[in-house]
Amino acid sequence: MSNNKFLSVFTNGLVKENPTLRLVLGTCPTLAVTTAAINGIGMGLSATLVLVCSNLVISLLRKVIPDRVRIPAYITIIAGFVTVVQMLVKAFLPSIDKALGIYLPLIVVNCIILARAEMFASKNTPVLSVLDGLGMGIGFTAVLTIMGALRELFGAGTLFSLPITSNFISPMIVFLLPPGGFFVFGMLVAASNAIARKNGKKAVESMGCENCPAKDACGKESCAEEAAEHE
Amino acid sequence: MRPLLNVSSSPHIRHADTTRGIMADVLIALAPACVYGCVLFGLHALAVLLTCVAFALLSEFVWNKALHKPNSLGDLSAVVTGLLLGMNLPSTMPLWMAAIGSIAAIIVVKQMFGGIGCNFANPAIAARIILLVSFPSAMTDFAEPLSDTVTSATPLAAENGLYTLKTLFFGMHSGTIGETSAFLLLIGGLYLIVRRVITPVIPVCFIGTVALLSFCAGQNALYAILSGGLMLGAIFMATDYTTTPITPLGKAVFAVGCGVITFVIRQFGSLPEGVSYSILLMNILVPHINRFTLRKPFGAVKPAKEETDNG
Repeated sequence: MSNNKFLSVFTNGLVKENPTLRLVLGTCPTLAVTTAAINGIGMGLSATLVLVCSNLVISLLRKVIPDRVRIPAYITIIAGFVTVVQMLVKAFLPSIDKALGIYLPLIVVNCIILARAEMFASKNTPVLSVLDGLGMGIGFTAVLTIMGALRELFGAGTLFSLPITSNFISPMIVFLLPPGGFFVFGMLVAASNAIARKNGKKAVESMGCENCPAKDACGKESCAEEAAEHE
Repeated sequence: MRPLLNVSSSPHIRHADTTRGIMADVLIALAPACVYGCVLFGLHALAVLLTCVAFALLSEFVWNKALHKPNSLGDLSAVVTGLLLGMNLPSTMPLWMAAIGSIAAIIVVKQMFGGIGCNFANPAIAARIILLVSFPSAMTDFAEPLSDTVTSATPLAAENGLYTLKTLFFGMHSGTIGETSAFLLLIGGLYLIVRRVITPVIPVCFIGTVALLSFCAGQNALYAILSGGLMLGAIFMATDYTTTPITPLGKAVFAVGCGVITFVIRQFGSLPEGVSYSILLMNILVPHINRFTLRKPFGAVKPAKEETDNG
């Protein structure tokens, strides 16, 4: 195992498989909390901390956890770390806690964390899992911060609460509302698709099985087969 | 246009209607209310209208150039969108906000979804709502007619009975640039109906529903239909081809839905006016309305249901 492998696992989450823009996971916190850049950073770092810790523990326990009850086991581990993070944020950053509200405890069901547990940590060594969690977490944080910054700049005329344009033009409040969130998110996905296409990669478009971020974990030949089973 | 239809071999019948001709008719129909709005609210109203039209054209031009598409300024649809948006704004609107509205209408609502014929919502309505939630104070800052200093509430926000029905009908009251005169908007609507650009189904059902519900709620039905943006919305914006159902029955369902939502927002909502929201909401439902109101071909036999095993 070379250094190169460690590096590629780490950078995987930053660009190539960026959880928000390339895997399109965790869109709920992405849309809900990014009304200000600082909220984006707060949400991103909280999720990163949980992700790294849960990846580490799940990877250490990967041979112990029975396959059949793995999801409850993962959720329990994740919930434990979320509680820790929530208490830390409440104690030391009460303003961030207030801004994130319900979305902080909801990190428990953040699908980035569960997806990385299922797809990576349960199959890889602890060191690699920590690097994967770190890369994914930083990728998530970066996108949330960019989105928060854009929405704050256009919607409130400020950046990290510093007035940029709010003194001379009235900001477009729509950017702070849900429609503005969807709009900025769509623009960012479009931009990342454009960059991916330029580099000869596939764009995130259809939601078929081949583009499904959980296709490795799913184990089904195709979603159609799964759908047929449900009928 | 994408070739969605199979073209059979000749001979073909050519229809004289063109997009350009239809849009020109709409512009003619809008003209009286526009001119009246400019007279009523002064030069700044004219400037708002011109800004909206200019930026709508500019956005369309830049988009087509940037995406190497054929120039579509000639079909006049961007002019109609810009003018309708301008008529939906108060005359005191800062010009840069009006420009943002036009850019949003053409780029975001129309072109990003595929341009003329492919947009799911009426660009002018969607842009008005974007501006309304973005700049709430500027969007509700209505000038008193024939003076540009005093601002006041529109008849809808004011107490019932502040204006006489005659004032409302001819439009000597505050409001957005194009919505005040029900009389001139009705003339425009009649022109469109006579020219067969629109059918009367949507305006009649829309306005009728609002009148009926207001009457049932114990209000003056005439006051309800003459105030606010109902005439402008029902005649010119709820009749957009792209964003309304195809069949007459579908159109009626669409218009009644618009009327109900308008009434509910006016009566129970925190906003004074609900016409634009009602049209946008019903625009979103159009594909479903179309599916449920498909006409059965005469004499057609329903195909036997295929055997499905839903185990």
